[in-house]
Amino acid sequence: MKLFELDIAGAVSALDNGEISPVDITAAIFQRINTVEGKVKSYVTLTEESAMKSARKAEETMKSSSRLALSGIPLAVKDNICTEGVTTTCSSKILENFVPPYESTCTQRLKDQGYILTGKTNLDEFAMGSSTENSAFGHTGNPWDLSRIPGGSSGGSAAAVASDECIAAIGSDTGGSIRQPAAFCGVVGFKPTYGRISRFGLVAFASSLDQIGPITKNVKDSAILMNVIAGHDNRDSTSADMPVPDFTAVLGHDLKGMKFGIPKEYFISGMDAEVETAVKEAMKKLESLGAIPVEISLPHTEYAVAAYYILATSEASSNLARYDGVKYGLRVEGDDLIDMYMKTREDGFGAEVKRRIILGTYALSSGYYDAYYRKAQQVRTLIKQDFDKAFEDVDVVVTPTTPAPAFKIGEKMEDPLQMYLTDILTISVNLAGVPGISVPCGFTSGGLPVGLQIIGKDFDEESVLKTAYAYEQGTEWHKRKPEL
Amino acid sequence: MLMNRGLNGIRESRNCKAQKYNSGVVRKRRRLLMQYEAVIGLEIHAQLSTETKIFCGCSTEFGSAPNTQTCPVCTGLPGVLPVMNKKAIEYVVRTGLAVDCTISPVSRFARKNYFYPDLPKGYQISQFELPLCDGGHVDITVDGTTKRIRLNRIHLEEDAGKNIHEGMGSESSVDLNRAGVPLMEIVTEPDLRSSQEAVEFMKKLRSIVRCIGVSDGNMEQGSLRCDVNVSVRPVGTEELGVKTEIKNMNSFRFVEKALDYEIKRQKQVLNEGGKITQETRLYDVNAGSTDPMRSKEESHDYRYFPDPDLMPIEIAPAWVEEIKAGIGELPAVRRERFIKEYQLPEHDADMLTAERATADWFEEVVKLGGKPKTVSNWIMTDIFKHLKETNKEINETNLTPEHLASLLDCIESGAVSGTMAKSDVLDEIWKTGVMPEVIIKEKGLVQMSDESELEKIVDIIISNSPGEVERFKGGEAKLMGFFVGQVMKETKGKANPKVVNELLRKKLS
Repeated sequence: MKLFELDIAGAVSALDNGEISPVDITAAIFQRINTVEGKVKSYVTLTEESAMKSARKAEETMKSSSRLALSGIPLAVKDNICTEGVTTTCSSKILENFVPPYESTCTQRLKDQGYILTGKTNLDEFAMGSSTENSAFGHTGNPWDLSRIPGGSSGGSAAAVASDECIAAIGSDTGGSIRQPAAFCGVVGFKPTYGRISRFGLVAFASSLDQIGPITKNVKDSAILMNVIAGHDNRDSTSADMPVPDFTAVLGHDLKGMKFGIPKEYFISGMDAEVETAVKEAMKKLESLGAIPVEISLPHTEYAVAAYYILATSEASSNLARYDGVKYGLRVEGDDLIDMYMKTREDGFGAEVKRRIILGTYALSSGYYDAYYRKAQQVRTLIKQDFDKAFEDVDVVVTPTTPAPAFKIGEKMEDPLQMYLTDILTISVNLAGVPGISVPCGFTSGGLPVGLQIIGKDFDEESVLKTAYAYEQGTEWHKRKPEL
Repeated sequence: MLMNRGLNGIRESRNCKAQKYNSGVVRKRRRLLMQYEAVIGLEIHAQLSTETKIFCGCSTEFGSAPNTQTCPVCTGLPGVLPVMNKKAIEYVVRTGLAVDCTISPVSRFARKNYFYPDLPKGYQISQFELPLCDGGHVDITVDGTTKRIRLNRIHLEEDAGKNIHEGMGSESSVDLNRAGVPLMEIVTEPDLRSSQEAVEFMKKLRSIVRCIGVSDGNMEQGSLRCDVNVSVRPVGTEELGVKTEIKNMNSFRFVEKALDYEIKRQKQVLNEGGKITQETRLYDVNAGSTDPMRSKEESHDYRYFPDPDLMPIEIAPAWVEEIKAGIGELPAVRRERFIKEYQLPEHDADMLTAERATADWFEEVVKLGGKPKTVSNWIMTDIFKHLKETNKEINETNLTPEHLASLLDCIESGAVSGTMAKSDVLDEIWKTGVMPEVIIKEKGLVQMSDESELEKIVDIIISNSPGEVERFKGGEAKLMGFFVGQVMKETKGKANPKVVNELLRKKLS
């Protein structure tokens, strides 16, 4: 096995045994990046120099003191998560030269455990999109088929993991932005419960939905990263003050007697037949592992996309108001203040971001608030209640992650509605705030990965990880690698 | 209150009638003139005196170099989040309890969205639905009549920064030191009827927030600012007229002048058959007038929605009780007690209880043996005059309650004359803080009460002023003052006036 193909668990043990050094593995990752990045284009910023420096330092400290959980492990971070001294662009022209003077809580925790930052990965501008095509710095390719999109918005992170340009990566998920690209790229993507990981330093898109999470080569790596990044943070009032378990402890427990719900609303008409087949096979596999399938209903599913696009855009319209050319980031001079605002935002934001700001501004406008924002909040409550009710009977809910595999670059750019519908199966999870993972569950005849989504109840990440791990260990899908 | 308003209406329309009959030539025009009353509501912003800002740990101190009290949170950098300062909540609840509000068990914060360079996030975190405090009232007294002014709500929000244009040429800059300083907004019902009532309300509220220690109420530094909503309507009617809003005034005088101007203007517009436009106006201090803001600046749709970065605040009844217990005696209660316990006139009680420090100081002197009314007289005259001249608070000078108590003792015992005490002794205390008995001794200011010694001086004065003696005996009683003055001059003010008076009366009769 090549060094860059290692997963976190494998790299940690190789480092522990002294078979490899942090410099070896970091150098191997950058060599891999040099080979494939020209095709995949996962990264916005590469931090090779500081990574190699960190690797050498890790090598020194590992000699003298006991190693930390992620000593010498090269990880990529989505470029909407603030890293002190490293440009954080959100793939937007408006923040092209923004260098945060502070570290996000998530990356600080990774730092505290000795990780090595390989660079900042590409995303849809401000995480608004499902294909990573809405990036001011060009699109990322799907490692399984470079003519296709990697999904989004964490497309850069998912593609980097799939193409071994990092050992694992961090993404963020507002409506499916970790799970959907993980499914499209054949890797594992985990969105924990809202509040489980601090949002401090995550550049806000829709604050009540945004959640950071890992994108990894397998389930165990996600659990390992969760152990580092989860937990209460007094800098984020919405982070949960809850005990954090050892997420790796449940891995390997069997599924005997466990109930998994299959929501009938998630097998929508127009679903790709090969995806449907792969997912149904996966459900049979779970059954063969001892889990019990239960047909359930999440009746308000059909309203999720509409509610989501009102709530998320409303919050976004306010969250993005700070990019006004006054304090930092892009400024385009104008005749007067209003002119400067307009020119800066006209030049600085891409089309999709503008579309969402306009949508959200409209939804919050006086006279429309009750019809849109308030109504959408009510729908959100109903969706949450759907899940609460379902979890009275089942331990986890299992669905496809996406209705179809990765689509062609440019295919949906002219039709935002079609683009929005690619998140139809992941959005409810964010509205309800519950944890959800996507694990590889097969390939289409064209060789495109298919993802299985496993959803748990609030703060029961352990059931999700346990189920995902048992399934993964019973299959070989996660071992396949794209040819690059 | 409704009854009162009705009666006013009748009285004023009678006046109107009287005018009509008295002024022959203008009779026709007069008949068309309506009598109007003003309807005023206030929105008062008080800066809370927390040490740190509302959502970050930056200092709230006033007057530092621009942008030195800022951090990623209060400058609105990407990805940062607000964390509520619990003290700010406590202060608003404390205020709510002091003015009889209902404290909301659950309160939430909302974003008020608008673009302005001094607003770093492009929205202000404020409250919309579910403010911290609901209702409440403050009683004010104008011209001897006490009136209850109802409050609509009190909510908590963050202040914006400050745009600086002066000395910048064609450019402007922004100082964000004030951005994120906690502000409490107190909104009244439209219960005020005149500029005097508005000012009296503000004074009363300022006194309360200072007394309970939630705000320094410093108007020059902008810690207390006021927006007024004002409309006029025909006397006797209940329907509200179209209102205008005058924004951001930071002195009682400006509020009074701006309201007087605006009320007069609105009456004039209506009397000339015009209509009032609902608009925001600014008070021009130099011109003494209010002028409309450019419509661009006021045509905001703030798009309020709950701030998803802050969880709803739950205010436990036990915490409210704890805050209540810590408030202490409120000015209105203390005023009543001063009247009862110290037999002070209402005016004295008002003046002494307007500031907690003054009231505390007064009670300290009384505790040390000062006679309440005498102490009150000293505070309201000589001491207040000195504080005004030196722009100091009562507890910031060299004169402590111990000084005054001891000085009053010296006067009582005859050791020093009242005149001398108020001039030379007090001056010296202001300057040095030396105790009065020491000053009296060292400066030789001890009062001359010895009758035989004074008699000699009185005799000399009488023999030196035969003309005045003649006139006094002829009935010019006021010349007594002349003789006393002469004795005082001769003794450099040390003569005991009581003894001098007695001696003179005896000698001149």
